[in-house]
Amino acid sequence: MAEHLDIFRHEVRDWLEANCPPEMRTPMRSEKDICWGGRKFEFSSDAQKQWLEVMASRGWTVPDWPKEYGGGGLSPAETKVLMQEMAALGCRSPLQSFGISMLGPALLEYGTQDQKLEHLPKIARGQIRWCQGYSEPNAGSDLASLSTSAEDKGDHFLVNGQKVWTSYADQADWIFCLVRTDTSQKQGGISFLLFDMESTGVSTKPILLISGSSPFCETFFDDVKVPKDQVLGEINQGWTVAKYLLGHEREMISGMGGRAQGPSLPEYARGKLGRDEQGRLDDPVLRARIAMYEVRSAAFAAMSERFIDRLKARKIHPAQPSMMKYYGTELNKDRHELLMAAGGSDALEWDSEASGSGKAARAWLRTKANSIEGGTSEIQLNIIAKRILELPEG
Amino acid sequence: MPLFLDDDQETLADTVRPFMASEAPISHLRALRDADDPVGFSRDLWRQFGEMGFTGVLVDEADGGLGMGHVEAGIVLEEIGRNLTPSPFMGTAVGAVEALRGADAALKEAWLPGIVSGETVAALALDEAARHRPQSVGLKAERQGNGFRLSGAKQFVAFGHVADLLIVSARTAGDVADEDGVTLFAIPRSRAGVSVEAARLADSSFAARVELDGVELDGSAVIGEVDGGRAILARVLAGVRAGASSEMVGIAEGASAMTLDYIKQRKQFGRVIGSYQALQHRAAHLYCEMEVARAATLKAQQSLDADSPDADRDASVAKAMAGMAGSLAVREAVQMHGGIGMTDEYDVGFFMKRQRVLAEMFGDADFHADRLARMERY
Repeated sequence: MAEHLDIFRHEVRDWLEANCPPEMRTPMRSEKDICWGGRKFEFSSDAQKQWLEVMASRGWTVPDWPKEYGGGGLSPAETKVLMQEMAALGCRSPLQSFGISMLGPALLEYGTQDQKLEHLPKIARGQIRWCQGYSEPNAGSDLASLSTSAEDKGDHFLVNGQKVWTSYADQADWIFCLVRTDTSQKQGGISFLLFDMESTGVSTKPILLISGSSPFCETFFDDVKVPKDQVLGEINQGWTVAKYLLGHEREMISGMGGRAQGPSLPEYARGKLGRDEQGRLDDPVLRARIAMYEVRSAAFAAMSERFIDRLKARKIHPAQPSMMKYYGTELNKDRHELLMAAGGSDALEWDSEASGSGKAARAWLRTKANSIEGGTSEIQLNIIAKRILELPEG
Repeated sequence: MPLFLDDDQETLADTVRPFMASEAPISHLRALRDADDPVGFSRDLWRQFGEMGFTGVLVDEADGGLGMGHVEAGIVLEEIGRNLTPSPFMGTAVGAVEALRGADAALKEAWLPGIVSGETVAALALDEAARHRPQSVGLKAERQGNGFRLSGAKQFVAFGHVADLLIVSARTAGDVADEDGVTLFAIPRSRAGVSVEAARLADSSFAARVELDGVELDGSAVIGEVDGGRAILARVLAGVRAGASSEMVGIAEGASAMTLDYIKQRKQFGRVIGSYQALQHRAAHLYCEMEVARAATLKAQQSLDADSPDADRDASVAKAMAGMAGSLAVREAVQMHGGIGMTDEYDVGFFMKRQRVLAEMFGDADFHADRLARMERY
């Protein structure tokens, strides 16, 4: 087993050396360097396109999905080796999408064979970009109170209502969407629909956030026709699918604490602050705060590794993603508070060239949503208290 | 290697857990304390540790031990923590064994059999001041003929008052704070010139102040190379830091299990208090901190067992994180118990006392955060 993995590791390393363009081995500089795929996506470079294509051809955009659905068919141990080797070479992620991190796992679990064959390969190859229609103006933390309706019209549903906080709705090709198919029950009246954003009656409107521009949109549905075979899971069983998927979303958001982009906090602080004779940051209190943060960050990196290892070995409590989400997002907020402190007044500039159009300040403000989106920190703590600690309902 | 216990390690945990819970639960600690026991642990229990193989967990099979690793030592220590079992396990079975790994055959032969059988107790004599500064070594070992003459003082030597063997860091060259010029010695406590003064600590365990007054030793007492003790010392410290982290993870588990039981039963205003969100969110937050500490601790032990160059760093991360999570666990435990948590009659206070001692031992969270910052050059 170990020998097989060693051989695999060498193969992976050689293949990555030969196939990963040099431009794709540098740290991402901005949002634009992320490859999201989809019908509307414009590659920022030829190298980005080439990297997606070669990785997709091996199924390594989704290494642990089955080969028949466009994946690499790798075992958990092999997947870990691939990730380690990519990290060692500094390879960028060839493709990042809600299709990979959220819908894909739900399709694998609940999709019909036809649905899997229709949607998964397009996700794996970056051909179709998905967005998520969950929250509504009156259904935030209490998501199951959602009211967007899907009326049964025989061979199709007629969808009417509004979603909010739909990330990249204006860039996405398809949406996976929670709708109400039965008003007599709360959780038990929700269905999980998949449909094309180009369908007649779908419109989107961007939302401006405190950080300035943002990926979020309001999404409106006005008599949108959705064929009946585009329900994922059973009709009125959408809440089960949604909870499964939320677990994956929480994993993704929680990852932000562990593998933040850009320079490390100490590196950034070294660049901004002077140092004393012994090489220590010359602001001892800030240095101490950074050092304590770094302990938690390193420990959380171990937690993330353990979480993924246990997830793959199916040794995880179903509510553990809530822990990852809570801890990871709170940590990320702390990190940006410290980055702002280290940056001082430089970090406050909003649109100057020197500040990269206010990169630090905008990123800091954006992180405040981390502990709101995908279920607030308070909701995660409720879930942990009830489902893991088994504390009684109030 | 996946970051969770493998099947063999789970099996070991399944053996250790019921053993510790039945042979040395918290009532055992209370009985020793109430009897004002001058040793501070049970020699019978220590021999049982030997019979179970625990004391030899890190000893090579060729030397009569189980030939296991720090992950397995951590499994034993977690149960020691959960049950607040008084024992010289950390100094002996982790610290001294790790030190003797770097010693010649004669030293191993002299000490390992007694450790494996649960007869011998060893203690680490490294600290010279109230705060952990293992890199500053002022205790002098001067050359004298074929051997050495040692003079100086150590403190916070856990169970040093009854230890058969003291592992002592001494300065053989250079100044107090120099990187090199440190040598590790294996010194029988019975040696002429060694004096120990026992100090009972807040948790009812004992630590000794050790004084060496012209202790004469020949070269056979040197562990590893003269002036070359730093590497062995680093490995000893990484091992006991990871080990102390496991014990604190166990303490946090024990304290929070007791607390969760309590808040699920205790009623005020007509409701069990565990149904109040004010307590639920704190309990859930604590759970997260404990899980993160557990992951960091296991990571450090796996790194040590794999001889990873990151082991030293990982051990500091673990010690700092487990120190913080453990501290939160015991503070929340006492607070959530309310008045009864402050009484001596109730056990939860013992967790707080033991955790405080372990948080300090081998460097607290501040020490390790600073150490990591220095490693990262900021």
